[in-house]
Amino acid sequence: MVSNPLTRNIDMSRGPMDIAAYEGADGYKSLKTIAAGMSPQDVLQQVKDSGLKGRGGAGFPTGLKWSFVPMGENTPTEKYLVVNADEMEPGTFKDRLLLEGDPHLLIEGMIIAAFTIQASKAYIFLRGEYVVAERALNKAIAEAVSKAYLGKNIQGTGFDLDIVVHTSAGRYICGEETALLNALEGKRANPRAKPPFPQVSGLWGKPTIVNNVETICNLPGIIAWGVDWYHGLTRGSDHGTKLFGISGKVKTPGCWELPLGLPIRQLVEEYGGGMCAGLELRAFLPGGGSTDFMLPEHLDITLDYEEIAKAGSRLATGTMIILDNKTCPVGMIGNLMKFFAHESCGFCTPCRDGLPWVDSIFRELEDGKGSQKDIQILHEHVDYLGPGRTFCALAPGATAPLGSGLKYFEEDFQQHITDKCCPYR
Amino acid sequence: MSIKVIASTASTASKARQLSAEEIAEIEHEMTLYPDKKAVGLEALKIVQKHQGWVSDESLLAIAKFLDLSPAELEGVATFFNLVFRQPVGENVILFCDSVSCWIMGCEKMKSHIQNSLGIDYGETTEDGKFTLIPVPCLGDCDRAPVMMVGEELHRNLTPDSIDEIVKNVRNKQVN
Repeated sequence: MVSNPLTRNIDMSRGPMDIAAYEGADGYKSLKTIAAGMSPQDVLQQVKDSGLKGRGGAGFPTGLKWSFVPMGENTPTEKYLVVNADEMEPGTFKDRLLLEGDPHLLIEGMIIAAFTIQASKAYIFLRGEYVVAERALNKAIAEAVSKAYLGKNIQGTGFDLDIVVHTSAGRYICGEETALLNALEGKRANPRAKPPFPQVSGLWGKPTIVNNVETICNLPGIIAWGVDWYHGLTRGSDHGTKLFGISGKVKTPGCWELPLGLPIRQLVEEYGGGMCAGLELRAFLPGGGSTDFMLPEHLDITLDYEEIAKAGSRLATGTMIILDNKTCPVGMIGNLMKFFAHESCGFCTPCRDGLPWVDSIFRELEDGKGSQKDIQILHEHVDYLGPGRTFCALAPGATAPLGSGLKYFEEDFQQHITDKCCPYR
Repeated sequence: MSIKVIASTASTASKARQLSAEEIAEIEHEMTLYPDKKAVGLEALKIVQKHQGWVSDESLLAIAKFLDLSPAELEGVATFFNLVFRQPVGENVILFCDSVSCWIMGCEKMKSHIQNSLGIDYGETTEDGKFTLIPVPCLGDCDRAPVMMVGEELHRNLTPDSIDEIVKNVRNKQVN
């Protein structure tokens, strides 16, 4: 049985499979399964049963998200599926692999998702810098149209779907799903108030689901090979495989599809090849720039959403950033704070004014002008910018590495103040 | 002191430039993909930028006029998105990743090298108009950090030498 459903067709030494090769590798098989007699409710139930959780960062159960879309008579006939391909989380490089490596897998998954909520129009919200992915997707869409996998009455199901690739014009905040919808509508990408949630009132006020690229790429396997097969993939408590990545000073940084539930140690030592010569592992962010630091003592925790949450962090995107013992943790957090301050959309005050304040304190620490009062102000901001204090999740995301960093690297912060310089320089 | 108000209704129509036939054709194609004109506004900004290199006041007003959008609102959108350039840029825009993985892998040294060899900081253009340097959020290729894009080309595992090579190749290519 297939053990790597997300990457089985990917070979980056060549271009992505064209539609003939993809069909030859059981591609678009799930649509034939659906055409043979599955209703949207059947598909929804199968996705719910699979236990698939969103791979964009929040880890929300996909089937549950879809179940909020109004279905049946007397509900809006226009609905939308939007794929979030706006990969911009610092240290995250997984969706690029899927988009460039196997665009037909994404398209097949999109057809399944759109069929389930009966949306006849879908947009891929692609970051503008992903030009290789843009070309690959547009070519794959044209091929899928020519083979009647897209368009009118797909595979005799009576279901119609058109897919449009929307290339974005930048800004990290567009990854927030309601900001993304505003950007797609041609507005400034400020997040929207929730409720109403997009499933009820999303793109142009119509029911909309927004799913991450990797989430969607899980769907063809779930439908074609079933829930039992999917449940057989994991080694832990959460289901399926996941793309995991490592960046930073390890011997072989990269991105791999692995079962959920492997120990973090295996990812770092076996796949990442361990630390570069002369360096030790100091800490790591397990899933991109918006996650809490974890320490070497956490290496035996498994790569599961719940297990990592128990250790006070989040699996989030699954792309790990390694901090070694010769890189300044204060500098690293400072880099992240500069990023978040720059990428604040400016809509709500705590985020717009708080993050630049935090950023400026890190610059003072770096220049040897920090004081004890500054550390206190940083601690206060972990609270003032935390969950529930701001309009969206951007600033709370920033407080994850900030709060955990203040806790784990207290000595380094103090040394910046007492030495009046960065001790790592 | 004079304040430049590009959104004033009296001045908009007269200041707008003429959109080219190509630009209009591409904008009209986008109108088939989105149900309303506001969404097309952002697409039109990108289309005009592709043809003109950047979005001048005259271009912005032309789009607003063509799509019957508020120039002020379109300006709000144009200035929100970092890949819409409201100032002239060089022939090649360098999108330099300075996010966390690239920082760990030494992107600050690479940036200093660009500053020294090309003589430009963020937001600046070389005197010959060939290169503009702009920072960009994480480019999503962190296992091959540090990285940057020059135009549509992504360059990985940067070193001072590879940066010199990239710059030389771009310059040679455009001479030939």
